Amino acid sequence: MKIGIPKEIYEDEQRVAATPPSVHKLVALGYDVVVETGAGEAAHYRDEAYEAAGAVIAADSRSLWSDADFILKVRAPMQNPALGTHEAELMKEGAFLASYIWPAQNPELLKQLAARKITTFAIDSLPRISRAQKMDALSAMANIAGYRAVVEAANHFGRFFTGQVTAAGKVPPAKVMVIGAGVAGLAAVGAANSLGAIVRAFDTRLEVKEQIESMGAEFLQLDFGDEEGSGTGGYAKQMSDEFIKAEMALFAEQALEVDIIITTALIPGKPAPKLITADMVKSMKPGSVIVDLASERGGNCELTEPGRIVEHHDVTLIGYTDLPSRMAKVASDLYATNLFHLVTELTPEKDGQPLVNMDDDVIRGLTVVLDQDITWPPPQPETPVSPKPAPGTEEPSAKQKAAARKKTERRSLIGKAALLIVTVAALYGVGAHAPESFLRHFTVFVLACFIGWQVVWNVTAALHTPLMSVTNAISGIIVIGAILHLAQTEHLVVGILAFVAVLIASINVGGGFRVTHRMLKMFRK
Amino acid sequence: MSTGLVSVAYVVASILFILSLGGLSHQESARRGNLYGIAGIFIALLATIASVSDSGLVAIIIAVLVGAGIGIAIANRVEMTQMPQLVALLHSFVGMAAVLVGFSGYIEPLAPTTGAEHTIKLVEVFVGIFIGAITFTGSLVACGKLDGRIDSQALTLPGRHLMNLAALAISVLLGYWFLSTDSMALGLLALIIMTLIASVLGIHLIMAIGGADMPVVVSMLNSYSGWAAASIGFMLGNDLLIVTGALVGSSGAILSYIMCKAMNRSFISVILGGFGQTSSSSAAADPGQTAIETSIDEVCEELHNADSVIVVPGYGMAVAQAQSGVSDITKLLRERGVNVRFGIHPVAGRLPGHMNVLLAEAHVPYDIVLEMDEINADFPETDVVLVIGANDTVNPAAAEDPGSPIAGMPVLEVWKARQVVILKRGMATGYSGVENPLFFKDNARMLFGDAKDSIDALVSGLRS
Repeated sequence: MKIGIPKEIYEDEQRVAATPPSVHKLVALGYDVVVETGAGEAAHYRDEAYEAAGAVIAADSRSLWSDADFILKVRAPMQNPALGTHEAELMKEGAFLASYIWPAQNPELLKQLAARKITTFAIDSLPRISRAQKMDALSAMANIAGYRAVVEAANHFGRFFTGQVTAAGKVPPAKVMVIGAGVAGLAAVGAANSLGAIVRAFDTRLEVKEQIESMGAEFLQLDFGDEEGSGTGGYAKQMSDEFIKAEMALFAEQALEVDIIITTALIPGKPAPKLITADMVKSMKPGSVIVDLASERGGNCELTEPGRIVEHHDVTLIGYTDLPSRMAKVASDLYATNLFHLVTELTPEKDGQPLVNMDDDVIRGLTVVLDQDITWPPPQPETPVSPKPAPGTEEPSAKQKAAARKKTERRSLIGKAALLIVTVAALYGVGAHAPESFLRHFTVFVLACFIGWQVVWNVTAALHTPLMSVTNAISGIIVIGAILHLAQTEHLVVGILAFVAVLIASINVGGGFRVTHRMLKMFRK
Repeated sequence: MSTGLVSVAYVVASILFILSLGGLSHQESARRGNLYGIAGIFIALLATIASVSDSGLVAIIIAVLVGAGIGIAIANRVEMTQMPQLVALLHSFVGMAAVLVGFSGYIEPLAPTTGAEHTIKLVEVFVGIFIGAITFTGSLVACGKLDGRIDSQALTLPGRHLMNLAALAISVLLGYWFLSTDSMALGLLALIIMTLIASVLGIHLIMAIGGADMPVVVSMLNSYSGWAAASIGFMLGNDLLIVTGALVGSSGAILSYIMCKAMNRSFISVILGGFGQTSSSSAAADPGQTAIETSIDEVCEELHNADSVIVVPGYGMAVAQAQSGVSDITKLLRERGVNVRFGIHPVAGRLPGHMNVLLAEAHVPYDIVLEMDEINADFPETDVVLVIGANDTVNPAAAEDPGSPIAGMPVLEVWKARQVVILKRGMATGYSGVENPLFFKDNARMLFGDAKDSIDALVSGLRS
C-alpha cells in the first residue's frame, strides 16, 4: 500500500507529516512512501533526504493525492486554492487519512470524507490513556508551544529573565505567571524557570500542584474548599461562578506584580475562558508581555488577536496560533514519530496493510470516519479514578492506626520476652549440668560468634563474594580435626574416612584461597 | 611439639582469621586479608602436623598436598561467571568433611570420655553430622541449580513443610535412641539412618527454593558449613575449630540477613521456599500495554547526547558474558567525559556481590560501582539508564503496587531517569515470575536481543 505525504497548503504551515527517519521506518513496515516535492522544505528536509530514506518523490500535488492509498498530513484537508478543489475530493475513494481533523468543529468535513469513503484517523481525538501516549501529537505540539511561548515573550520583553547584580547596577529577575498547567503550561514553566525567571503557575486542578512544583514554579492556590477542576480524561472542567470570581481576583492581584503572563487555559468543546480582562492588562507594568496560547479558540485575554502581535496600554499581546509550526523541524520530527506509531498500531502484521480494529480503545477513539460511516464521537471512555476514596474504603483513622501499632508493639514485646526467657532457661540448663570442659569451649564459641558478627558487618557489599569464598576457605580448617584422627587411628575404616576428609577439606582450603586471590586481584580503581 | 606451643599457634591462627575477615571490609585491604587467612591456615596446619606422632605423617602430607593441588587447579580454571557454582561446591566439601570427621570421632574418639561429658560429646557428634549432611547435599543441589544442571524453578511438593518437620522429628528420635544405646553397632546404625535423612532433607530444602533466592541459599549454606565446623570443634574439644566455625557461621548468617532484607522477605519464608508460584496471579498486566522498541542506532545516539549514564546489570549480563563489552562502553563514554556509574542491587546475580566480581573481572574501576542505597537518589538527574539483564530488581511494582508479590522490596528506581533502555531477550518475567510495568513506562525503551550481541553492537556504534 502506498502512503502519501503531501505538502501542507495552510498559510504559513511549515510542518510536514513525515521526516526521512520516519519514512525509513514506514518502509520497514511494508509500505511504499510517496512524498510531494518540497513537502519538507520549510522544515529543512530536502527531497533527496526523503529519497535516500526510501521514498519516491511525486512531482505535483494532484498526482500524489490521487495516487496514495493512505495520506499522512498535518492540517485537516481544506480547499486547495491552486487546484481549485477540496483536498478530500482529490483523494482516492476508499483511501485512508491520518491528520488533525477537529471533528467537533468540522462536521461538514466529516460528511465530505464519509461520502468519499475515506477512513479517517483524527490524531486530535486520541484517547488520553497511557498506552496511547506515543501517538499523542497534541501533547507533543503543546510542549513545543509552551517552550516557544516563553521564547516569544523573551523576544518582546526588554529585560533579562534572570536577576543580575552587575557593575552597572542591579537587574531584578522577571516574574512570570503561567495560567493552566497542562503540557504547554508545564513546558512554559520549565523554560521560563531555566531562563532564570521567578515563575508562578495557576490551575483549577489541584492534582497538578506537585507537577508545577517539580518544574520549579510556585503553585498559586485558591483557598476554596473542596472544589476541584478535574474533568474527564485529565482535562479541566468549567468551574462555579464563585470560584471564577476568586480566581479573577487572584489574577488581578498578580497582574500588578508580574512582568509576563502566559495563558494556556482551555476547556474541551467550549470557547477559551476569558481570564485576563482589559483592566488587568491596563494595570500591568509598561513593557510587560502576555502570550495567549488559547487565542485560536478565542483567547484567555480580552485584548489578544489570533495570529497577531498587538500592543495595548504599553503591554505586548502575542496571539500567535502557529507556535509549533514556528519550530517546524522539531515539530515535524515529533509529529512524524506520532504518526509512525499510529501506523505501527494499524499494521500489526508489518505487511503494509492497515487493519482497523474497532475493538481497540485507541483505534476506536481515533477513527472518526470508517468507510462511509461517521464514527464520531466515540462511546464515552471511563472516567479517571476519582482521587477521593469511596466512603467505605476510607483510610483508617489515626486512632485505629495507633491502636494497631500498639497491638503489634505489644506482640513484638511478648515475642522478645519469650525469647529472653528461653535463652535464660537454656543458659541455666547448660550452666547447671554441663561439665567444666564444655563450658570453656562454649565461652569461646559465644565470644567468637560476637566477634564474627562485629567484623562482618563492616564488609562492603562489593566484597561479599570474596568474603564468602574466604570464609569458605577458612572453614576448611576442619582439616585439623581430620588430621588428628588420621594421625591417631588404628582402625582402617576410620583411616580411610579421615584420609578422604583431609583430602576434600584441603581442596576447600586451596581452592577457596586461590579463587579469592584471583577475584581480589581484579578489583582496581 | 608441646601442647602449649600448639595452643599458642592456634591462638595466632584464630587472630589471623579475624584479621582476614576484617581486611575484607575494603578493597584496599582485601588482598592483605586473604593473605592473613592463608597464613592462619598454614600456621594451624604446621602446628597440628608437628604435634602428631610420626604415624600416618606420610598419608597426612600426601592428602593435604594433593587436596590443595586439586583445589588450586580448579580455582585457576574456573570462569568468573561460574563463581557461584564453585562456592556452592566448596561448601559441600566442608559439609562432607564434617560428616566424615564426625563418624571418625564416634568410632574412634581421640580421648576417652565418661558421664555427662560423654553424653555431650555424643550430642556434638550427632549435631555435627546432621548439619554436615544437610550442608553437603544442599550445597550439591545449589551447585547443580546454579550450573543449570538442575531446573532452577522451586520444586513445591504437596505437604513439603510437613515432610521437613517429619524428617526433623525422626532425626530427634534417632538422636534419643543414639544417646541411650551402648552398642557401637546400633549407634552407628542410628547415625547412618540420620545421615541419610539429613541428606534427603538437605536436597529437599534447597530444591524448594527458586533461582531468585539463590544468593540467600548460598550464604545460608556458607553459614551452615561454619556451624558444622564449629560442632566438630566441640566434639574434638578444639578451640580453633570452634572459633573458625563461629566466625564463618555468623558471617554467612549476616550475609543471608542482608540478602533477605534486600528482598524485603523474612529468612523463614526464603528457607521454606516456593516463592512466586502462589501469588503471581495478582500481578496480571494490562494486556493492552505495549512496550516501545528501540534500535542500536537510537541507543547510541542517546548515549552520545547523555551527560550521565547509570548501568544496572543483572544476572542476564552474567549469563550472556557481556561484562567486557559493558566495560568497553564504560571506557568509551568516560573518555568523552560522560559520568558513567553502575548501580548494583544487593541480590543481583546468584551470589551476594556477584556483579561486583564480574565487573571487576572486566576491569571496571570499583569506585564507580555503587550500591543501591548510594545511587538511588541520583536517578532523577540521570540521562540514560542501561538495564542489562536485570528484571525484578528494577521492577516499579515493588514500590507502587501493594498487591504485587514483591511489594515492599527495595528496588533500583531506574524509571525516574530521563530515559531507560532495557536490554532483554524477550518479554519474559524475571525469576520471581512477576510482570514488570517498567517496560511499559513512557521513558522506557526495549532493546531486544542477546545482551552480548547488543552490547557489542553498541560498542562498535559508539566507536564509529
